[in-house]
Amino acid sequence: MSSSETVSQPAAGVHAGHQVDVRDFHNRARAAIHNPKIRQNFRKAMDGLMAKRTAAFEGWDLEALRDLGANIRLRALANLPDLLEQLEQKLTANGIRVHWAVDGDEACQIVRDICVARGAKRVIKGKSMVSEEMELNHYLEARGIEALESDLGEYIVQLADETPSHIIMPAIHKNTAEISELMHEKTGTDLSNDVEYLTASARQQLREKFMNADVGVSGVNFAVAETGTLCLVENEGNGRMTTTVPPCHIAVTGIEKVVPRLEDVTALLALLTRSATGQHITTYFNMISGPRKEDELDGPEEVHLVLVDNGRSSIYQDDQLLDTLRCIRCGACMNHCPVYTRVGGHTYGTTYPGPIGKILMPHLIGLDEGRHLPTASSLCGACGEVCPVRIPIPDLLVRLRQESVDGDKLHPARVPGHGAKRGRAEAMIWKGWSWMHSRPGAYRFGTGLAARFHKLQPGQLGAWTRFRTAPKLAPKTLHEQLKERNR
Amino acid sequence: MSAKETILNRLRHRAGGQLTAPAVDFSVLQRPDWTTAEKLDLFEKAIESVHGEVHRVTADGWIDRLAEILQSRGARNLLISGQHDLGTRLREAGRDDLPDLLVYDEPVSSWQPTLFNEVDAAITSTRGGIAETGSLILWPTVAEPRLMSLVPPIHIAVLQASELYATFHQATLAQNWAAGMPTNALLISGPSKTADIEQTLAYGVHGPKELIVLVIE
Repeated sequence: MSSSETVSQPAAGVHAGHQVDVRDFHNRARAAIHNPKIRQNFRKAMDGLMAKRTAAFEGWDLEALRDLGANIRLRALANLPDLLEQLEQKLTANGIRVHWAVDGDEACQIVRDICVARGAKRVIKGKSMVSEEMELNHYLEARGIEALESDLGEYIVQLADETPSHIIMPAIHKNTAEISELMHEKTGTDLSNDVEYLTASARQQLREKFMNADVGVSGVNFAVAETGTLCLVENEGNGRMTTTVPPCHIAVTGIEKVVPRLEDVTALLALLTRSATGQHITTYFNMISGPRKEDELDGPEEVHLVLVDNGRSSIYQDDQLLDTLRCIRCGACMNHCPVYTRVGGHTYGTTYPGPIGKILMPHLIGLDEGRHLPTASSLCGACGEVCPVRIPIPDLLVRLRQESVDGDKLHPARVPGHGAKRGRAEAMIWKGWSWMHSRPGAYRFGTGLAARFHKLQPGQLGAWTRFRTAPKLAPKTLHEQLKERNR
Repeated sequence: MSAKETILNRLRHRAGGQLTAPAVDFSVLQRPDWTTAEKLDLFEKAIESVHGEVHRVTADGWIDRLAEILQSRGARNLLISGQHDLGTRLREAGRDDLPDLLVYDEPVSSWQPTLFNEVDAAITSTRGGIAETGSLILWPTVAEPRLMSLVPPIHIAVLQASELYATFHQATLAQNWAAGMPTNALLISGPSKTADIEQTLAYGVHGPKELIVLVIE
């Protein structure tokens, strides 16, 4: 194998999330579209995932199941503050300590304070998108605490000093040869395209790390208020290791993940794994309701939950935007997105890529920095059709597009950076357009003028004609044509 | 104001006003009344589709089958519970066709490296199974600690066919989980696996490479 062929060439902007300029979307998209390796890796993976999802729901009344999923999430959101309090009460009674954080920084501080209080220097992590959102690894490492990812995909991405390109399959942008090269360079494994060998090597490397870790940090898929239970979905067993082997377990979660009853989880789990990877269930479904009891022989002595708001309570204020918070993070929207499949996850430059990222990230970074997110969509509707909890993603994209150009103070502005894309010229044009369309005389005069001088129409219309032909003005207006016909 | 108060205040004084909760209808999760034999067939099919193994055994013959399985794998030892009936019966069987029996009866901190590096297989009981998804229900206890089903490369689980439920939903209702959960509860549906390297399946990435279920009919 020639090593020069397998050297990983990271696309622009794949390094450490917070350094990426989100606004550089178009350049990254162009680079990704012309990168056959990225195109192939994503195409292959997404085609497979779509087929598996379809097969996994065979024999189900999928529409009824999606109704159930949506209603469970809506019911939970309708009682969110009460459920959070009930959750805290139950968890506390079970011996789990609950912390609240207004934003990512505060959440990072809480995690660090727990580590410092225990004298912890080594943190091992299970997969958690909220911790990516918080940029927890960088925060801890800057303060002398090692934070090591243990999910194989996250481990690979961390070795490469990159960020996940998919919320379920973080290293999907890399092929086996690239991963082999990376592991060879960073961990000294042999160059090999044998996935069994690479996986076994990672197992060995990480077993040592689990044994020596002082703290395990994980995410949460569902938090059950009635029993005070934290649920984690995974295939590898690293999540169980993370939450069982170190003496202290810290779970971090967004405040929207709470559901009232255990029964709710059975339906959401059925939707989550089938939508995400087409599995009927994952290998492990881990339900944690307390630290190790005195006579137990293993499990963490200390369990903490950090409830992270980070913009969620402001999304919660608006009846339409609220739907964003139904999300159970399955990733089906990105698997089915024609844009995501072509440009890949890193192009977005945000923690959450793809359709869910396009409706969630503007709330976290604002419509100014995230100006290209709502428009990076053809509004084909696939994301909304596959969403297991029926989030109307296309409608939310349209709403965010409106908010990004809306200067009308009559509409309540909810999203930070509201009106960031509003341009004076464009606003004037639409004002004129609206003026003309409400006055028949002006309208006829204007269209008549345009038809008469149609030959003067420019052939190039900026970005529109870069990949398309320009629409041609007709030599006669519609009114004139109709008049001739009816004569 | 504390973070908690800030967050709860914002949620309670929502600009859009009080939300109404829709009704939820769980009937889509209902399954026909499968017989035990049907449930066992479904369970077997599901767990085999994810690389798990099912052996149908009798209450008298399960130790024979266990010995065969362990011999075929060349297992040097088997981790058993110190208190659970399964462990007691294996110790009292006094059989020489079983490998060394290791008893998990001390806190993990006192023997962690041995557990991680030397143990080849472990056997646990289950609290039932789920036919539709091929899942085992485990509630680790003082007698059968959490790491038994996670760290050794081979996990052997004993399931009573009569304790098979159609769905997870049915199991939680039948066993009334909502009344109180243990510190840790698990559904295990196959051996540990990953597809993180180019979607290629590999088993035993962190947990067991093999999951073998002895179903007592």
